[in-house]
Amino acid sequence: MLYPVLFLLLLSVVGFYLNKNKSVYLSKNQKLASLPAYYGYLAFLYIFVPAIIIWLGLLIGKSFILQNYLILTLGDSLSIMNSDEINLFMSKVKNLSLGISFGNETDLEKFAAEKIISFDKIFSLLTYLVLTLSSILAFLIARKKVIPNFKSQRTVEKIVNRFIQICSLIAILITLGIFLSLVFETLNFFSYVNPLHFLFGLNWSPNKAFVIDSAETIDKDILRDAFGIIPLLGGTLLIAFLAMIVAIPLGLMSAIYLAEYAPKKIRDFSKPVIEILAGIPTVVYGFFAALVVAPKIVMLGKSMGFEVSSESALAAGLVMGVMIIPFVSSLSDDVINAVPQSLRDGSYALGATKSETIIKVILPSALPGIIGSFLLAISRAIGETMIVVMAASLQANLTINPLEPATTITTQIVTALTGDTEFDNPKTLVAFALGLTLFFITLFLNYFALKIVKKYREIYD
Amino acid sequence: MVNAITTENVNVFYGDKQAINNISLNFLKNKVTALIGPSGCGKSTFLRCLNRMNDVIEICRVEGKISINDQDIYKDQIEVEQLREKVGMVFQKPNPFPKSIYDNVAYGPRIHGFTDKKNEMDEIVATALKKAGLFEEVKNRLDDLGTSLSGGQQQRLCIARAIAVKPEVILMDEPCSALDPIATSIIEELITELKESYTIIIVTHSMQQAARVSDKTAFFHLGNLIEEGDTTKIFTKPDNQKTNDYITGRFG
Repeated sequence: MLYPVLFLLLLSVVGFYLNKNKSVYLSKNQKLASLPAYYGYLAFLYIFVPAIIIWLGLLIGKSFILQNYLILTLGDSLSIMNSDEINLFMSKVKNLSLGISFGNETDLEKFAAEKIISFDKIFSLLTYLVLTLSSILAFLIARKKVIPNFKSQRTVEKIVNRFIQICSLIAILITLGIFLSLVFETLNFFSYVNPLHFLFGLNWSPNKAFVIDSAETIDKDILRDAFGIIPLLGGTLLIAFLAMIVAIPLGLMSAIYLAEYAPKKIRDFSKPVIEILAGIPTVVYGFFAALVVAPKIVMLGKSMGFEVSSESALAAGLVMGVMIIPFVSSLSDDVINAVPQSLRDGSYALGATKSETIIKVILPSALPGIIGSFLLAISRAIGETMIVVMAASLQANLTINPLEPATTITTQIVTALTGDTEFDNPKTLVAFALGLTLFFITLFLNYFALKIVKKYREIYD
Repeated sequence: MVNAITTENVNVFYGDKQAINNISLNFLKNKVTALIGPSGCGKSTFLRCLNRMNDVIEICRVEGKISINDQDIYKDQIEVEQLREKVGMVFQKPNPFPKSIYDNVAYGPRIHGFTDKKNEMDEIVATALKKAGLFEEVKNRLDDLGTSLSGGQQQRLCIARAIAVKPEVILMDEPCSALDPIATSIIEELITELKESYTIIIVTHSMQQAARVSDKTAFFHLGNLIEEGDTTKIFTKPDNQKTNDYITGRFG
């Protein structure tokens, strides 16, 4: 399928050299407005860009053309089918044409499959023909531009500029698309459940919504108490808080050690090692939390006479804390290192010891950046999914006791979208509302974190 | 004449490279001594030996004897923090802490535990700022950030910060190189006032500055001490041909 692209590249490279050679030849007698290579690039882009767009168009249009071709050739036999049957027929016939057979095909289907094979041949031949024609045409246009006072460099820059613009536009549009799909499904959800009940409700029991599966009309009173986000938010914040209790001291202390005390050798070795913590797949942390940490906490709790749930918030929080240590330590290490040496010298020259210098000069100077790193770590902890899916409970429980089970927004999104999903049921749709809420929380945190970090940078630059 | 600092046979190495060759030089109390010489001659390195600021550089090694009040500062007779309490330093680029003007000056006194009382600390800060000639300009905004001052004011703040610790000696490493001519002349006047109470050792690239502010001058070249003596003599009839070439601007 990629052969046409290679073919096009070949044509474009040929165009490049033809144009370049001509301009090199021209430049022997007179000065050209641009370097010869730019006339070459011009030909390359003129050939490649329109042709690749044509090719993409053909690729997208192919199945449409194929379907109409089959309808034309097979005529009546297809016209009695409805659209679902046609789709089924088409996919069966396509499989057959690729040699995938289940042995139960009708003669009609076999006939259609042969038609497809011959259509494919003609179509690919036509593709090459169209591409060649468009390339020749484009090359002739580019050839005309090889004249002394044509500024091909400008044109090439413009095309490249446009290309880069389109790339960034695509990235933005995709983000926007994701956001809008979240918003629309959320609005859909809010047609079942009042947003106020969602945002301020203290009860989370989405399974109540099963009741309405068969009912013709939806009883809003049942839904009223089923989708309160507060217990989930509470659980999320509790687990994130536990994670920060682990990550802040460990991360900050190791950052201070690495930045200020560690000899270069140890620093060069330990920094990547700590950063590996961030590279461990979160599912590994998940089963580490569920299978190793949680039972240990239960045992420890029992021996001290506490009632500890096997899916306690504590286990998930502790392990998540370990995961985000590198976020705190690596970023804090960077901001501590960014504190200018002249400030350290100033403090030492006044007779301060190293620890006095760190506590009274370096940390206050780096504080905004350090807080920024905390915020980024928190937003990471709040959005983290796999660890809590495996180690935290599904039970929505509005509590501040870390020994009790707690669930998080991310866990509930996973639950809502796993198994049988029906997109006309609030039980499923709530995932989008939860996702949007989470999106706003982390967006807010990231925005402030970056703002603080940026402000801090301005002081020294 | 009393010596504030005496040095004997000082050698400094960065790794394998020798930066200072066997220098012996004494600094008179309550005088301004200027260290001059072309870039890379070792004058800053030598200056930084006097309050052991070279300790920070891992590969740097200092040999020889440097004494303050007959205490060898590289032997364990004196802690490095105590030494730096006695020998303050002002750097090339003003480096106030990103704290308030008040906290910048109070930093040293707090570290060394001069006083716990607010009014006594106010007094120390005000005195230091007055001595540095900055008090009148900042007395109504002591809570502003030290970094919000102009370059010349920042450098005077750094001088006030050094004075607040009540040092005997103040080292100045090209204190005016980042300042404009007006700020420079203010600092130079200040140096002349400060020598009443402190011994000042100043590294400078500007020979005019050395001639204006110093009583004694030492000329360094390639890690060697070429010539030292009264500033007037060094700048009018130096004994050494190299010194003559340098001060007349033939190299450097």
